[in-house]
Amino acid sequence: MVPGDPSEDATRGEEWSRWMAAAQDGDRAAYERLLRDIVPFIRAVVFRQHRAADGIDEVVQDVLLTVHKVRHTYDPARPFKHWLAMIARRRSIDVLRRRSRRHAHEIADDAAYETFADPAANRHLEMRAAAEGLGEALASLPAQQREAVELLKLREMSLAQASKVSGRSVAALKVSVHRAIKSLRKQMVESWRG
Amino acid sequence: MVEGMEQVIGRLVADAAPVRRLRPPILRAVLWLVAVAAIAAVAILWFSNLEIFARRAEDPRLAVELAGTLLTGIAAVIAAFELSLPDRSGRWSLLPLPPLALWIASSGYGCYRHWLRFGPEGWAIGESAHCFVFILGASVPLAISLVILLRIAHPLSPLRVAAVGGLGVAGIAAFLLQFFHPFDVTLMDLGIHAAAVAIVVAVTAAAGGRRTA
Repeated sequence: MVPGDPSEDATRGEEWSRWMAAAQDGDRAAYERLLRDIVPFIRAVVFRQHRAADGIDEVVQDVLLTVHKVRHTYDPARPFKHWLAMIARRRSIDVLRRRSRRHAHEIADDAAYETFADPAANRHLEMRAAAEGLGEALASLPAQQREAVELLKLREMSLAQASKVSGRSVAALKVSVHRAIKSLRKQMVESWRG
Repeated sequence: MVEGMEQVIGRLVADAAPVRRLRPPILRAVLWLVAVAAIAAVAILWFSNLEIFARRAEDPRLAVELAGTLLTGIAAVIAAFELSLPDRSGRWSLLPLPPLALWIASSGYGCYRHWLRFGPEGWAIGESAHCFVFILGASVPLAISLVILLRIAHPLSPLRVAAVGGLGVAGIAAFLLQFFHPFDVTLMDLGIHAAAVAIVVAVTAAAGGRRTA
């Protein structure tokens, strides 16, 4: 969608509203058209909040999942774009907050690159170096286990969200992530022992 | 569009069963309030002493307090239903504030008057224990039923919705209390009422404020 022409914008909004009303009644074709069509609009709203292209798709997908979950709350008598923009903004803010909380626990520590006299203190640095190998260990996992770790641990999705994204059952995801963690732990312990 | 996005859309479309649209929030709020009013009316007719209540209600201050509690309850419940939808303005949470100010002012004036009449004894704990238990007891079924209805909409700000709903429940419980509480409040009573209201709001927010799914 190219923003700019207000009349075209309004027409597009009315069209989306009709598609969503049809989707609420079970019209999958209208729903698919709608979801494809709204992605650029969601991306634009999310970009305005984040001001960085990094990680935007993750937020856009989160917004799509939320739209799906709350689609029964849309009233076709009201403007669709406003409804959608509010969801996109709210979810963006939630993701930003989650990220900033995560960053608050991460400190850039230049001294960490020094070697300390106390061997126990050096173990921390060694573990840090070993953590760099985690990416490799992750890459060596079977595809299903890697996907489970990525969705549940790295992208911090709930089991329900991850199940929707991956198309796999919650039980299967739990088993995969459990096996993946076990396998990663084994690989990391082996690498520390040298 | 990246590969992941295609997959997500495909899965959502596959999962797109027909859904029942929510009725307008004001209608849902009114239906809940009418159901509560019907149950409360039965309880009042059976258990309260309406003669004492009628005598007390002649006092304009109590009439103002009654209006304050009831309007706070109604306004907060309507606001909570509105706020549970994604496209409603956050300003709905301001709706219960004017009647809440009326409630606080009339209760405060009542206990000030009580203190003028009874002096330091006005500080004593009156019938607070009874009120405390009543407000909490009446609030539990109200809060549970309200939170269940509010969460049908999967609110984007569940904590705010539950807290505003909790205020509505506390207002209604405080209104009903006046039918079963034939005493003037002391300052301690007012403090204990406020504590009970705060507990109802906090517990409703904690229990109902988690994100759904």
